[in-house]
Amino acid sequence: MPIPILMPALSPTMETGKLAKWHVKEGDEVKSGDVIAEIETDKAVMEVEAIEEGRIGKLYVPEGDDDVPVNTVIAMVLEDDESAGDIEAPAPATPAATPAAAPQVDTPAPASVPQSQPATTTAQAGDKPSGDRVIASPLAKRLASENNLLLTSITGTGPKGRIVKRDVEQAMSLGGAAPAASTPTTALAASKTAVDISRPTAGLDDKEIFSVYEEGSYEIVPHDNMRRIIADRLTLAKTSIPHFYLSIDCELDELLMARKRMNDAIAADGTRLSVNDFIIKALALALQKVPDANATWTSEGTLKHKRSDVAVAVAVEGGLFTPVIRHADLKTLSEISNEMKDLAHRARSKKLAPHEYQGGTTSISNLGMFDIKQFDAVINPPHASILAVGRGEQRPVVKDGALSVASVMSCTLSCDHRVIDGALGAQLLKAFKTYIEDPVTMLV
Amino acid sequence: MSQSNFDLVVIGSGPGGYVAAIRASQLGMKTAIIERENLGGICLNWGCIPTKALLRSAEMYQQMKHAKKFGLSTGEIGFDLDAIVKRSRNVSKKLTGGVCFLMNKNKITVIEGEAKLTGAGSIEVTSKDGSGVKPVNGKHIIIATGARARTFPGLEPDGQKIWTYREALVPDIMPKSLLVVGSGAIGIEFASFYNALGADVTVVEVMDRVMPVEDEEISKLARKAFEKQGMTIHTNAKVSDLKAGNADVSATITLGDGESSKQQFERVILAVGIAANTENLGLEESGVKVENGAVLIDEFCATSAPNIYAIGDVAGAPALAHKASHEAILCVEKIAGQADVHPLDRNNIPGCTYCTPQVASVGLTEKAALDAGYELKVGRFPYQANGKAIALGETDGMIKTIFDAKTGEMLGAHMIGTEATELIQGYTIGKTLETTEAELMHTIFPHPTLSEMMHESVLEAYERAIHI
Repeated sequence: MPIPILMPALSPTMETGKLAKWHVKEGDEVKSGDVIAEIETDKAVMEVEAIEEGRIGKLYVPEGDDDVPVNTVIAMVLEDDESAGDIEAPAPATPAATPAAAPQVDTPAPASVPQSQPATTTAQAGDKPSGDRVIASPLAKRLASENNLLLTSITGTGPKGRIVKRDVEQAMSLGGAAPAASTPTTALAASKTAVDISRPTAGLDDKEIFSVYEEGSYEIVPHDNMRRIIADRLTLAKTSIPHFYLSIDCELDELLMARKRMNDAIAADGTRLSVNDFIIKALALALQKVPDANATWTSEGTLKHKRSDVAVAVAVEGGLFTPVIRHADLKTLSEISNEMKDLAHRARSKKLAPHEYQGGTTSISNLGMFDIKQFDAVINPPHASILAVGRGEQRPVVKDGALSVASVMSCTLSCDHRVIDGALGAQLLKAFKTYIEDPVTMLV
Repeated sequence: MSQSNFDLVVIGSGPGGYVAAIRASQLGMKTAIIERENLGGICLNWGCIPTKALLRSAEMYQQMKHAKKFGLSTGEIGFDLDAIVKRSRNVSKKLTGGVCFLMNKNKITVIEGEAKLTGAGSIEVTSKDGSGVKPVNGKHIIIATGARARTFPGLEPDGQKIWTYREALVPDIMPKSLLVVGSGAIGIEFASFYNALGADVTVVEVMDRVMPVEDEEISKLARKAFEKQGMTIHTNAKVSDLKAGNADVSATITLGDGESSKQQFERVILAVGIAANTENLGLEESGVKVENGAVLIDEFCATSAPNIYAIGDVAGAPALAHKASHEAILCVEKIAGQADVHPLDRNNIPGCTYCTPQVASVGLTEKAALDAGYELKVGRFPYQANGKAIALGETDGMIKTIFDAKTGEMLGAHMIGTEATELIQGYTIGKTLETTEAELMHTIFPHPTLSEMMHESVLEAYERAIHI
């Protein structure tokens, strides 16, 4: 019997994917393990491998089709004595597809992704805070609109974080909620529905933008999934997370010396520790030392994370990835270093599995290699903080009244004020600085 | 000893206690429940359930009397009081058995006897059969001991001719004349039952109207209906000097204008409120504060003593089974550290009285809403304009809804009439979800049902009623 190959689900939330490339054509012989196709999701490119020996009977989906529903039959493999005539029309996509015939991809099955990890794909409408839908009682909605308040700026205390009357009343009494809109026309629109007013502001619409630039003076590059995700998530982050920023200077001389000694000692292994590896470890330990800052806001309550899972931004062609070093506080510097090298390498070739870049409890963005002195990073939801790391450089410093020279690195921590208050963020950053400036303490 | 160490020990197995035990078991707690009498408490054995069984008999008896109106013929109509009571007791027995089954199913240890707190986490249970005192330990203890009939000097039951609800549930005779002291839910339900079966019923209420917790307009309609059925009702009136004689009980009834008279009744039912069962529990010794006759609790039912909680009647009014059950759930979930636990919203507790006609309500009365400073929109719709009510031959009654004119919040709903107690839940859901008039107006109500009156009443508040 011909064996169908189905569009795989690469993450629990994946609904469609792009068939980026066919590696076979009709009539090709394949054996188990051969790459048949590449599937592109929002963040990664996955290879689909054949699990049975046979001949490609038919390809149903053209290369480049970017909206293929999960579980659609994308190809049919014929066994020895079969011909193309044995192929019946493929059934429509169905979740009940036989698992045995499902293609294998070089990532763990979605089921193995821990359920507790929030997916990094676009937020689904639901009862979790997603930015897409505000859960509020009819009375709360009416009170908010009549008093010109934005529901998204009000914290719900009803069942599952639903915004109820008392929440709106409290916001009114505190005068704390954001006004719904500033111009008369949008004030009217805002009163119409809570769903609309909760959408992140899209900025100017396309028509307005196109009218500004002369046709032919530009070329249009269509958005790929990664670009859309970056746009959606960071707009969500900047419109729904109240950011504040804390900067600190860390002296690196001790760290650089320690690093040199360590690297000399392990040179034979081929491992070479980078400053960034120390930064990952220091931030992970700082989160353990100041556990209240290891948090995530949800409307139900603050998630206080027990693990220090540090995501590290890796620039790739056309965007970025944030692979996660899990339990970074428990790993040795060389473990972190080796893992980071592997993840960064695979990120650049878009071969990360979803479970390798989803979750995490904080992130690091290091632009030191571009000679950036200092910058503010946008928090990567659902994290509550991100550390922006600048270049380590020799700077004049005053110590005990005397001018001297030290290697200094400026770091800026962006914090989600909903769960991290100023003093808490400062404690975290101070703990981080202490580890960086006295790296021996990281080995305790 | 491990056999007597529990995560949670519940004292009392009424609708508060047994629900708490089941929820605790669901959440993985090793749970015990202590009961001194019958599983199910007053509700199942001597309250809600057996009275509903009695009232059903009375209702059917009345229906049979009007059979001709429906084109039906009957022989001579009568009743057998013993059989009515027997049925009521069997109904209780069946439900008590049900609770027993649920305890077994949820692996809850049932301990028979009287409980007394004897220090942090420890309880002594004195068994009824005299087999001694048994220690039971619980990391958490929930007091759910309920309440009993309140008595006053001069108004004391004798268990023979002067009854509380308990004797009234198992009457030895159908009294020719009956005095009911108190017109709250308990008093008025018994008044309805005995009146329907032919007793000459007099109701005396100390407040200015019957069923004083209900909306004034509903009270008025109820009184009119009761008087039409033949009851004598005195409000602003007092009963004193109850004295049981050989055949009758003599009572002094003092009316509002000060005029007092001595009257004879074959039986008297005392229904002048309830008193929380806070005695002999070792509460004071354990640091559990009792205030105004009830155990003092916070919004999650915690008492003033650590790891001791109180739910239901013993923790204060309203004395309603469903309030006790609701507190049971939130209290246990809070103990278990569950997320999304919310305090009881007292404005959303429905009340039901199963007299004829039935009365049901949720939220503020019109007067309470006005007193609270709301500007109101009030809607009313009568049973006599509802097709289903006419078909049933039950055209007495009305449904009243009260909205905040400014916000459209539904502040209260009040009903009197057939099946009102079944209808009220529609409004209770709406109120719990914080409905405004708009959602109720947009809701489709099935035709032909009594529930259409609920829709019309809302529409009427905004002058949009269709069938009136």
